[in-house]
Amino acid sequence: MNTAMGSTAPRPPALRGAGLAKRYGTTTALDGFDLVVESATVHGLLGPNGAGKTTAVRCFTTLTDLDEGTAAIDGIDVRRDPAAVRERIGLVGQFHAVDEALTARQNLVLFGRLSGLSKTHAHERSAELLDAFDLTDAADRAVSGFSGGMRRRLDIAASLVLTPAVLFLDEPTTGLDPRGRATVWQAVRDIAAAGTTVLLTTQYLDEADQLADRISVMDHGRVIAEGTPDELKARLGGDRVQVVVADAGRADAAAASMARAAGAEASVDLDTRTVTVEVANGAATLAPIVRALDADGIAFDDLVLRRPTLDEVFLHLTGPATSAEPRLEPR
Amino acid sequence: MTTTTSTLRGAPVRRGHRPNALREGALIARRDVLHWVREPWGIIFGLAFNFMLVLMFGFLFGGAIALPGGGDYLQFLLPGMFALTMLFGLESTMTAMAEDAGRGITDRFRSLPISSASVALGRALADLASSALSLAVLMLGGLVIGWRPTTGPAEIALGVVLLLWLRFALLWLGIFLGLRLRGSGAVTAVQVLVWPIGFLSTVFVSAETMPGWLGAIAEWNPVSATATAARVLFGNPTGATSGWLAENAVLAASVWPLAITLVFLPLAAGAYRRLRR
Repeated sequence: MNTAMGSTAPRPPALRGAGLAKRYGTTTALDGFDLVVESATVHGLLGPNGAGKTTAVRCFTTLTDLDEGTAAIDGIDVRRDPAAVRERIGLVGQFHAVDEALTARQNLVLFGRLSGLSKTHAHERSAELLDAFDLTDAADRAVSGFSGGMRRRLDIAASLVLTPAVLFLDEPTTGLDPRGRATVWQAVRDIAAAGTTVLLTTQYLDEADQLADRISVMDHGRVIAEGTPDELKARLGGDRVQVVVADAGRADAAAASMARAAGAEASVDLDTRTVTVEVANGAATLAPIVRALDADGIAFDDLVLRRPTLDEVFLHLTGPATSAEPRLEPR
Repeated sequence: MTTTTSTLRGAPVRRGHRPNALREGALIARRDVLHWVREPWGIIFGLAFNFMLVLMFGFLFGGAIALPGGGDYLQFLLPGMFALTMLFGLESTMTAMAEDAGRGITDRFRSLPISSASVALGRALADLASSALSLAVLMLGGLVIGWRPTTGPAEIALGVVLLLWLRFALLWLGIFLGLRLRGSGAVTAVQVLVWPIGFLSTVFVSAETMPGWLGAIAEWNPVSATATAARVLFGNPTGATSGWLAENAVLAASVWPLAITLVFLPLAAGAYRRLRR
């Protein structure tokens, strides 16, 4: 047995939670939540509203006390040494946690000085961050006049005054326009490239897909599936081809041709005249489906190839059809 | 955004430093000073409003108000207004605390490696400073319209200390209420309730002119204790010719805030800890 100590001891994961439980009255926010995030990776915590994502983040960041379980950052227990944990984390919560009445620069200097930087150092660091987050032009304007995207960038900058070992981003793009979202995504990539571990919560599958090395899918306070985006997507049955038939009476016929071409069961929604089929390889299956519909003389108004929606992910992961299947990572 | 990675690579790492509640409290209090500089109208309006009350009662109603024991009404009114200003400070403490906690900035502070006392300490420092400033402006304004303290510097200084002592006590009540009532309409309710509490005192009229039961309530109001003590210490008419408060005003103005502090400081600390729930 390897009993090596010191420099050869394995580094603890950047973040580890085991059996976390948190109840508010009769509501259970976390219920046997387990999570391990390796250092210098981006981990996506994917789940609907109320799944417990925010509670999990609050427990790891020492804001909320756990009822049960152990949570640690860099091997440091959040209950035993919250002060040491706070030195190692950055938090971007769902609410803009910057002072509206102050300027962007005043906010960053305040948080820098509270983090222990000298006045000079805090000013230097603020200037760097303003520059890095494209806020230099707005640096001396009050935050109350900022757009949602600018606020979010400032929020992220404020959590990077010191280099955190783990940065928590709680739904960082909720409420942002596509451009704001793109800049936040780029910031997350840059932060990860610089070696900071990121735990990102999101309701959007594509966001987790774009940014995360690994994803934990969360529901009812626990992780119901975990894996790389590719592993999860394989589990979720790949893409969907969706066809809107011109004549609702031909929907069943369309379902039959599509099922034949895709080699999978197709589902029909008569109200929207929509026929949907799961395809393993969307791009390659599209042409056979169109040919099959053509050959059977079925006219259609619209045809899209799309990723599974989060709804479908959850149906797939929580529905009765999948409950007997093994989890991605049996736990 | 292209420089983010290099900015982060060069970022400072600071581990194992000792939290210093005083330094951090001062930094958090400095936030309020920046607010005053950036948006001075709130504070100017507050001062103007207090001064308007002085003018209204001093000159509009004052002529119709006779003081038991005699004396000029304006001399009676000003120390009362000083005490009332301390009470009104409760609202700003409560509102600021509730807003910060509701917006997530309190959570940001709580996620930083700073002393857990520094948020409340910052609030206390900022609010004491702003109340001291309000008091100074109101005293100067009073002097302009004819208010005159008639005692020596030591008594006047003690009067100012007792006024700020009441304000200090109300800090903890404000922090407690702000944290517990945040996000609910109850904050507005308290803002409204401060008025009858302020008026049900000897700030504007002597308790001896009120029906017996009402006068008793007014005399037991901590604001009355501080108002009466300030009148005594500034050498102004107290409007009180007899009774325990008339003879022990300074004692009452020392003990009431102490009692409030002893009750609400632990409650405020508990409310702050409850944020972790």
